[in-house]
Parts: sequence; structure tokens; C-alpha cells
Amino acid sequence: MSKATTPHFERGPRFQLRAWLLRHLQTLFSALGELTRNPLGSAMTAGVLGIALALPAGLYVFLDNVQAVGQNWDGKVQISLFLKDRIDDSAADDFARSLRLRPELRHIQLITRAEALEEYRQLSGFAEALNAFEQENPLPALVLVEPTLRYSEPGAIKGLVAELGALPAVELAQFDLEWLQRLHAIIHTLKRGVVVLAALLALGVLLIVGNTIRLGIENRRAEIEIIQLVGATDAFIRRPFLYSGFCYGLLGAVMAWLLVESGLWLVRAPLAELASLYQADFLLASLSFRASLVLCLAGALLGLAGSWLALRRHLRGVEAE
Amino acid sequence: MIHFDQVSKRYQSGHEALRNVSFRLAAGEMAFLTGHSGAGKTTLLRLVALVERASRGQVLIGGQNLNRLVRRKIPYFRRNIGLVFQDHRLLPERTVFDNVALPLVIAGARHQEIARRVRAALDKVGLLGKERLHPITLSGGEQQRVGIARAVVNKPPILLADEPTGNLDPELSREIMGLFSSFSDFGVTVLIATHDIELIQRMNTRTLVLNKGSLVDE
Repeated sequence: MSKATTPHFERGPRFQLRAWLLRHLQTLFSALGELTRNPLGSAMTAGVLGIALALPAGLYVFLDNVQAVGQNWDGKVQISLFLKDRIDDSAADDFARSLRLRPELRHIQLITRAEALEEYRQLSGFAEALNAFEQENPLPALVLVEPTLRYSEPGAIKGLVAELGALPAVELAQFDLEWLQRLHAIIHTLKRGVVVLAALLALGVLLIVGNTIRLGIENRRAEIEIIQLVGATDAFIRRPFLYSGFCYGLLGAVMAWLLVESGLWLVRAPLAELASLYQADFLLASLSFRASLVLCLAGALLGLAGSWLALRRHLRGVEAE
Repeated sequence: MIHFDQVSKRYQSGHEALRNVSFRLAAGEMAFLTGHSGAGKTTLLRLVALVERASRGQVLIGGQNLNRLVRRKIPYFRRNIGLVFQDHRLLPERTVFDNVALPLVIAGARHQEIARRVRAALDKVGLLGKERLHPITLSGGEQQRVGIARAVVNKPPILLADEPTGNLDPELSREIMGLFSSFSDFGVTVLIATHDIELIQRMNTRTLVLNKGSLVDE
């Protein structure tokens, strides 16, 4: 067929770019229109995708918060020095002053025997029982010291604890690192679990979107055949399905975000109450902006991938050749 | 424009739909393709539109050997061929305008260009003013004319029609055939498969007769 007889349209590079953009925009809007044409079905699909994406996202937020708590304690490495019984208040004060001269410590707080008893009375709820000891305070005086950052390293702190423990006024120097290490180990394990769960659920999202798109292809088989006969390329036929997969994934991600955030909202008030009971100032963190972005991106990409897989598998079946 | 050289088509089921068919159709020529049902009329049209490929022999369209056309170039090739079907094959959810615009949209034509050409095509088939309607609200003859407008909207050099008057009464059929012959007057090569012998005899046009897959008479 000679060039002159083939349909010929204006083909400048700028025109092509504009036509390309226009075509994609049109397809995006028609894909959105397609979703709103069957609102219940679309909402249900997006809901299923939302739940599948909300599970790993929610666990991620949970672990993030637990880790933040751990880090809070991490940054405030504290050594408790329980003083010997014979040390009275003024001697304890002298001892605390002497500690201030040490360059490796940056924060020193003395809790006298009376203060310790008062605090214990308030927090433990054993006030009645403690009254029985009225003549004699069983609690030792306590000095809380905080090492400088350089001495907070796991290796350095062990030496420091041993050194402080050997001081004549000190009965016991306690630094409980173990629980922190355990917490970190637990968080690490759970994070691995979240990765595995996320991978499984991502596969689920892929299958859900794939199946939805497959049904879409089935429903429009006749239409696809017609546009193939009038000269549509594979790319032209795929485009609307890819866009609807993308929209489904994005909608699912938005749904997941809403689910996680409303879950956090529900937990926030009781958790604040719980934290106040422990005299902790703890604020449950939401999904960060970056995490939300990653969630949306992951949802959209999974939707795109799911529809791509479905098209690869099922579009061959409607080829007119 | 259309050249069949010793073309045979055997389906995987073993059925031989075409046997050693050879003929030539010049640019601007119009011809009927006839024969009893199952004679291979539709298969022949499908070979021209590259919906099927020949098992043996060569199909040349506009000098291009279809045996050598790779799969990914088929869509672009099809844009040179207007297809008209017996059952119209319109998209029911789209308006008449959108149905006719389809080949232009696929080819990436400019917006104003699409509007202009769609109106011109609809004007030619006498349906200007029905652009906003949906095909389902039109009569059979009108739907067929929408199908024809869609087939010619991008001015293809070849127009193929498979039983275009199969469901129409004689008067409407004459009207549709008149349309086709007017396109051939403009230089379009037109090949129409039909078993409406009466109509063919009246038209006095070249006729290819198929019998059990073989070309028996011209």
C-alpha cells in the first residue's frame, strides 16, 4: 500500500506528545468512570485490597511505635546506684556531689530514703502495708546517674557499672540492659514476620486485581474484538485495563490508610490512659508521610502488576488472528 | 489492490475452506463475492483483513505480501481496511458519534479532525443529526449505515463487507449497495460477500463465485 493511500495525520513531535498525554488522561478518566459505573463492586474490591494492605501497614505502625518506646529508653541510659544501709541522707548527698566531678556522668539525681518511700507509697498501692514499717524505712537511698553518650555504648557501660559498683558507698549498681536487648530481638523477629506477611498479602493483592481485570476482559471480549478489527494495537487495548488496575490498587491503599488511621484513633485514647497509669508520656504515632506514600505507591504498583499479569494471560485469548 | 495467488486455507480441524483461489481486484474496483453458505466467502474476507493467514499461496494487498507481515504490524495494516459486518458490530454503550470515531481515536487523530471526519462520514450515510443517539435506538438499516460510516471514516483504500444487507429489506439493501458503489467511484476497492443473487443481477457488477472453497466462476 503506498504512503499516499494510507490514512495520514499530522505527526509533529509536539503534537505527538500532546496527543499521547491527552490519550493517557482520557484513559485514566474513563477508567475512573468505569469504577464509578459499578460503585458497589468497585468499593468491595477496593475494600478487600484495603484490608489486605492494612494488615502489614498496621503491624508496621505497631512495631514502629514499640521501637520508638525502646529508643526512648535507649537514649536515656540510666544506672541505678543503691547505697549501703548505713549511709544517711547527708552522706548520700555528699556522695552524689562527689559523682558530679566525674566527667563520664552527665546527670545525677539523688532519691533519698524518705523520697523513695513516698514514691513507692504513691505508685505501688501498698500504702497500707508500708505503714506497718513506720518505724523503719526499708528502702535504700538511690542515686540515678546517666552516663555521657560516649559511655553509653554497650562495651563502655559495663566497665562503668563495675567501677561504680565498687565504690564504698554503693551496695549495688544496676543497669538492666538485657530486657532492652530482648525487646530489640523481639522487634527484629516481628519485623521479619511483617515482611513475610506483607509478601504474602502482596501476592493476594496481585491475585485479587488480576481476577478483577480478568472479569473485565471477559465482559468486554466483544468490544475488544471489534476494536482489534479496526486496527487497535495491543497497547491501546491494554491501556484502560492497566489504568483500572492502577486505580484499584491506589484506592485499596487509600482504604488501608483509612483503616490503619481509624484503628490508631480508636486505640489512642485508652493507650494514653494506660500510659498515664505508668506515668509515661507516650503518644501513639500515626503512619508517617513517607510510610503513607510508600503504602500508596505499593498499592498502585501492585494493582498495575496484577492487571498486567491478567492481560498477559487473558488478552491472547481474544486475538482475532 | 487485492491479489490472491493460489491461496488455500485449511483450518486446524482439517476443514479446507479455500482451495487454490486466484484473482485480482484493481484499485477502485467493486466486486461481489458469492456462493452458498460455507463456500468460503467469510474466510476469504478474513484473509484480506489478516484475521486469518493463508495456509498456502500468497495474499498481496496493495503490493504487500501478507505472509511476511509480522504480528505487531497487523493493527497498522488493518487501518487501511474498512470492515462492514452483517451484525454491524457496534459498541452498544457508546453513542453513534463515538462508534464512528473509533478508528480515528485508535489512530490518534486530532480532536477537531475527528469531529470533522465523523460528521462527514455520517453525512455521507445520511445520519447527520443522530450522532448523540445510541445504536440500540436506531433501526437495522440505520445501524448498518453507522457501521459503514465507521468503516470509511478514516478513508481506507479497501472496503470489505460481509453480508451487509443480510438483515435488510430489498429497498434498504439497494440503498446500502448504492452507497458502496459510490465509494468505489471515489477510488475505494470494494469487495462485498453476499448471497443475495437478485441484488447482484440487478447491479451488473463483477462477481466472484465460490463453491466449496474453489473459485468457479467470474
